[in-house]
Amino acid sequence: MFWNVTLKLFEGFSQTLLIFILTLVFSLILGLPIAFGSMSRFKPLRWLSRTFVWIIRGTPLMLQVIIVFYGPALIWEGISPLSRMAAVLIAFIINYSAYFSEIYRGGIEAIPKGQYEAAQTLGMTRKQIFFKVVLLQVVKRIVPPMSNEILTLVKDTSLARIVAVKEIIWVGQEFIASRALLWPLFYTGVFYLVFCGILTLVFGKIEEKLDYFKVQ
Amino acid sequence: MAEKENPILEVKNLSKSFGKVEVFSDICFAIEKGSAMAVIGSSGSGKTTLLRCLNFLETPEHGQIVVKGNCLFDADDSSTQQEKDIRHKRLHFGLVFQSFNLFPQYSAFRNVTLASELLAKEQPGYSSNRGRLIKEIQERAEYLLGQVGLSDKLNNYPHELSGGQQQRVAIARALAVNPDILCFDEPTSALDPELTGEVLKVIKSLADLNTTMLIVTHEMSFARDVADTVAFMDAGSIVEQGPPSQVISNPKQARTRQFLERYLGNN
Repeated sequence: MFWNVTLKLFEGFSQTLLIFILTLVFSLILGLPIAFGSMSRFKPLRWLSRTFVWIIRGTPLMLQVIIVFYGPALIWEGISPLSRMAAVLIAFIINYSAYFSEIYRGGIEAIPKGQYEAAQTLGMTRKQIFFKVVLLQVVKRIVPPMSNEILTLVKDTSLARIVAVKEIIWVGQEFIASRALLWPLFYTGVFYLVFCGILTLVFGKIEEKLDYFKVQ
Repeated sequence: MAEKENPILEVKNLSKSFGKVEVFSDICFAIEKGSAMAVIGSSGSGKTTLLRCLNFLETPEHGQIVVKGNCLFDADDSSTQQEKDIRHKRLHFGLVFQSFNLFPQYSAFRNVTLASELLAKEQPGYSSNRGRLIKEIQERAEYLLGQVGLSDKLNNYPHELSGGQQQRVAIARALAVNPDILCFDEPTSALDPELTGEVLKVIKSLADLNTTMLIVTHEMSFARDVADTVAFMDAGSIVEQGPPSQVISNPKQARTRQFLERYLGNN
């Protein structure tokens, strides 16, 4: 019995992992242009980026998932609906790129002006200054807030069940209806706990690796 | 006085404002190759902004900056202000900051070699001469760090060094790209009195090697020892300039005397 439940839950957890990994990869990338947009000297672009971040951070992720899944069909009749998983991924990626962009922005804006100026007086190009001087300092600064946000993402994947994606909580809950068992649902917590534990160790290693220098 | 060779740096009628606030106006001076000029004056008199203008970190509203007879900047000629040229123009000047601004993720040695290596990549034929060029850059970095007395700290990171040592690395870093004029922006203001001496000693040794320098400082006795010319700035203009024996020891202007009395009173 225990073994069967564990196998079933692993099936659900594979969906959880899929949402987690794809969201992480795409929103880490997409967060960068949004961060640069929010810092742009070109006002309309800055306004656009910041409004986007405000809306995304100002509304629940659960609602965003619902809107992405049901919204298109309400606006254009006859449009073929997105798959449940695709809707979840789109909403998650948009949501997390907004949060990541703010972490990037904080990290970049925390670099002292003197670092740029010192590099400028040494004849470096803007590109060289960003990649050779600023980037690693930003990475070091954002590892702790990033770790936090990524752990939150692990647990946010459970929101996918609102559009019936069969992630681990959904699977655990099914046992209540089908076999009147409550403990599988509690058991899902172990999966999250172990996975977050592994991630915490990885983040710790990264922080350790960057410990050889200090930023002001 | 007979004209010697052309000065390496000529600053002509330079003015700078931030919005409506005038920082300095109509600044004129010249520096001979191999000589050192000290700029003294109270805080807010425009000294730092002047250095920042020379290093193209700020853009003056009026005036010209001429180095070795070439006009690098003319406020009335926008062709001298093109973004793409500024990077190379900056290399005529080196700047040592009050707060060092070393790159924290690089060792002392790498701080000194980084910019030179990046500049070497732009040279034609870099790929075929790569090994030799890198070796030259590294040898020069070792030499420069030796010159500032840090041969034993090549592999230390900035946070492992004292303020005085960090500032000496910053001096070596600025020298690495061979600037025509090395500028110092209150190089010892962020240091304990104990650490000030070691930095001043290094600057003095550079003066003895005829490095062309422009030094903004609050250290009067140092300015007197090192500088060939001293300029006293007050409220955005140069009130008095001349040899230290005049400006510091025997000032002609009442305003200079007043300023120095306050300083020497503290010493």
